[in-house]
Amino acid sequence: MYGRLPIAKMLAVTVVLTAVMSVIMLVPNWDGQQASTAAPKIDELLDVMIVLSSFVFSLVMVMLVYALWKFKAKPGDESDGEPIHGNTKLEIAWTVIPTVIVLFAAAYSWSILDDIEAKAEDSLRVDVFSQQFAWSFDYPGFDNVYSQELHVPVDRQVEFKMHALDVIHSFWVPEWRIKKDNVPGITTTATVTPNKVGTYQLICTELCGFGHTTMRAKVVVEPPAKFRKWVEGLTKKTPDEYLEAIDDSNAEEDLEAVGAGGA
Amino acid sequence: MAAAIKQPGWIRGALGALLAAAFGVALVYFLRKSYGLDAWQTEQTGYPQVVVPLVTAPLGFLAGFGCFDYWLRWAAGMPTIPENHDQHGAKSWKDYFRFNTDHKVIGIQYIVTTFFFFFVGGLMAMLIRAELAQPGTQIVDAATYNSLFSTHAVLMIFVFVIPVFAGIANYVLPLMIGAPDMAFPRLNALSFWMLPLAGLLFVGSFLCPGGAFDAGWTGYAPLSTGAPLGQSFFNLGVQFAGASSIATALNFLVTIITMRAPGMTFWRMPLLVWANLSTSLLVVAATPFIAGAQFMVLFDRALGTQFFQFAGGGDVISYQHIFWFYSHPAVYIMMLPGFGIISEVISTHARKPIFGYRLMALALLGIVVLSYSVWAHHMFVAGMFSWLRVPMMITTLLIAVPTGIKIFSWLGTLYFGKIHTYSTAMLFALAFIVTFTIGGISGVMLGMVPIDIHVSDTYFIVAHIHFVLFGGSVFTIFAGIYHWFPKMTGRMYDEKLGRVHFWGTVFGTWVTFIPMHWVGMDGMPRRVADYATQFGEWNLLISCGAFILGACQLVFLYNMVVSWRFGPKASANPWRANSIEWLVSSPPPIFNFDEIPRVVGGPYEFGVPGARHAIMAGEGAEVKPPEPAVAGTST
Repeated sequence: MYGRLPIAKMLAVTVVLTAVMSVIMLVPNWDGQQASTAAPKIDELLDVMIVLSSFVFSLVMVMLVYALWKFKAKPGDESDGEPIHGNTKLEIAWTVIPTVIVLFAAAYSWSILDDIEAKAEDSLRVDVFSQQFAWSFDYPGFDNVYSQELHVPVDRQVEFKMHALDVIHSFWVPEWRIKKDNVPGITTTATVTPNKVGTYQLICTELCGFGHTTMRAKVVVEPPAKFRKWVEGLTKKTPDEYLEAIDDSNAEEDLEAVGAGGA
Repeated sequence: MAAAIKQPGWIRGALGALLAAAFGVALVYFLRKSYGLDAWQTEQTGYPQVVVPLVTAPLGFLAGFGCFDYWLRWAAGMPTIPENHDQHGAKSWKDYFRFNTDHKVIGIQYIVTTFFFFFVGGLMAMLIRAELAQPGTQIVDAATYNSLFSTHAVLMIFVFVIPVFAGIANYVLPLMIGAPDMAFPRLNALSFWMLPLAGLLFVGSFLCPGGAFDAGWTGYAPLSTGAPLGQSFFNLGVQFAGASSIATALNFLVTIITMRAPGMTFWRMPLLVWANLSTSLLVVAATPFIAGAQFMVLFDRALGTQFFQFAGGGDVISYQHIFWFYSHPAVYIMMLPGFGIISEVISTHARKPIFGYRLMALALLGIVVLSYSVWAHHMFVAGMFSWLRVPMMITTLLIAVPTGIKIFSWLGTLYFGKIHTYSTAMLFALAFIVTFTIGGISGVMLGMVPIDIHVSDTYFIVAHIHFVLFGGSVFTIFAGIYHWFPKMTGRMYDEKLGRVHFWGTVFGTWVTFIPMHWVGMDGMPRRVADYATQFGEWNLLISCGAFILGACQLVFLYNMVVSWRFGPKASANPWRANSIEWLVSSPPPIFNFDEIPRVVGGPYEFGVPGARHAIMAGEGAEVKPPEPAVAGTST
């Protein structure tokens, strides 16, 4: 009975609609400016998902609109539809095909995740302190100098070790596509390789109280020489009570080793 | 007066609440005095003189109101009052304000109460959008803003979406399976009366020093453990809403398993019954986790325990694990009953059997099983064990498969049918397929760790949850209310106003929630009272959409109220549907069935010559005798 449906035409419309939607949806730069090596990879994953999603959405819309156009009851028609209870082949198809698609999406995401989280040998460590409602930064490689602005050199991996001093905060620089919660009592880690000189904004994305909205910090990505000059010009040392929060024995990776049974 | 105090009811209920509150206050007073402490403690997380009465007063009210009378007499060995069924049915509007054990009355009580909170929560959404219409602070300060969005979410989730489904099922489900009532009518009434108490606690927290709870509906520790008094109202409100939920779910499970009419095998149950069976399995097992999490927060606040205090050896992240172990299944608790409603509506109005009925039922059970294994996808950036992310990503993406099966099966049901779109219920069901697909797609994106790292805790999340909870759950709620309105009230609603409500709601949903995806990806975090000026224009558009959406709900309210009172009388089966509730009059007789129906076939046998789902005992000569369901057939 499905021979009665113009399957080829419906598929063609779906493909055309997918193409049109994809093109329209791929033009804007949804995630904003890219300023780290991770950003283009995450955006590429998003682009693939936009195409896949356009296909799924187009398919559903074509199926729905065709059904409404073709099988709408005539006024006064009180008869029933055809007693079709199902079609095993079709049901297997729409179970198996989406399974394959989502497993592909999962594998692809996993490879991107490993890629963006790969650790470099020469990364620069910066300790991040968050508290209601301010950020501050400690540079352990430079005699623990302290700043309330975040400066990092361009094209070098930065490893952030994050410490929350009161409640949970979250570290997000949208242009870097990196986000990580700062959790009281443990040290969390995020790595990023900024690759574009400029000034950005660090945004707190975990609700932390009435000042959450304004918990921002200035982020400056600059050439290595300029960064060195800036960091060596800092005179203020990180206060001791902040340094006490640095407890690497409680880092996320160690917990991970425990949680994974030493794996 | 003396008689009024003896009789269960509002006067004895108020008296019970007062006495229990006084008992709570006195208990705190004497215990603190005996330890040599000041009688009253007013540090922001403490206030035992308020928190203890918050537990005792609602219980006192329930006892006074009559919720425990029968059980207490029985437990005490006193002669129980013989059941004369005067607590059954509603003869006037006053009967809806009594302890009533009729599932139909309780269903209406649930629906009206939850819609009351829907409008209160919606009003808060309007305030939120008014504040966000322009960058800067105009209407509320940042602290009030936090209280507003927290209360909005909590009202919508705990005292609207979850219980309104319990209300619809309460009314419809016993009728649908041919049962005279729920299995435990007194427990059913108790479940209902706990619900307004939960809502009152949530709304009442606005009266607290420090304002209403403001740590979000998620109430993450340690923000919540250090928050002002209002947070304790949230902790306790969740207990009442949760207890209500669990008791109702147990009731549904026993009702569905033991009280089906003769002939109704599992494979002859309508999908709404399957959906509520699945939902109840989730509720009974998952809800204790949020109850536990909120008690731990309350103990950390009021008793000085250290569950989530890192300084005292507690673990901050464990709150999130316990919380999401409930709250992820909770999103299916808020969706599966809606899936059931959509199946009923689409099959009836397309005049077609559900396409792939058994796979539809199995998909529900698949979602139940999978939904317990995906909770940590809410925590990809939370600093939990990083190895947990990939397995949780895979299970999260896999849950799209049973959900996809449902979407495709509904579409398949439309093919070769005779689709009628005169009913607003059907319009909402069809629109649901589209909006829910969008919510599902953004859900798959959020399930992918690299994308989630960027967009979690942004407006993208806000867009996603409103597409699945508003464009998803609430659309199904509207479909269900419109579909069973004639059955519940005995009157027809106005389809013209229904259409105005429908098109306005669809338009408002898209204008409000689609741009939220964009501003979120572009860098606007969620739960902020103010934002960068670059997002100003989009936010103005979003707010305009939200106001349209809000205004359309008033049309719905008007339609429901006026049609309930003055609408044209409804016939027993205005939609020519198959299931059992349409075999009885609208509204149904007080004990549902004067004779027990017999189920003789599948629930969706549209177009099968001579096929019936159920017959009344008196008839049956003209139909073929009941056949046992045979494996491999779809009857």
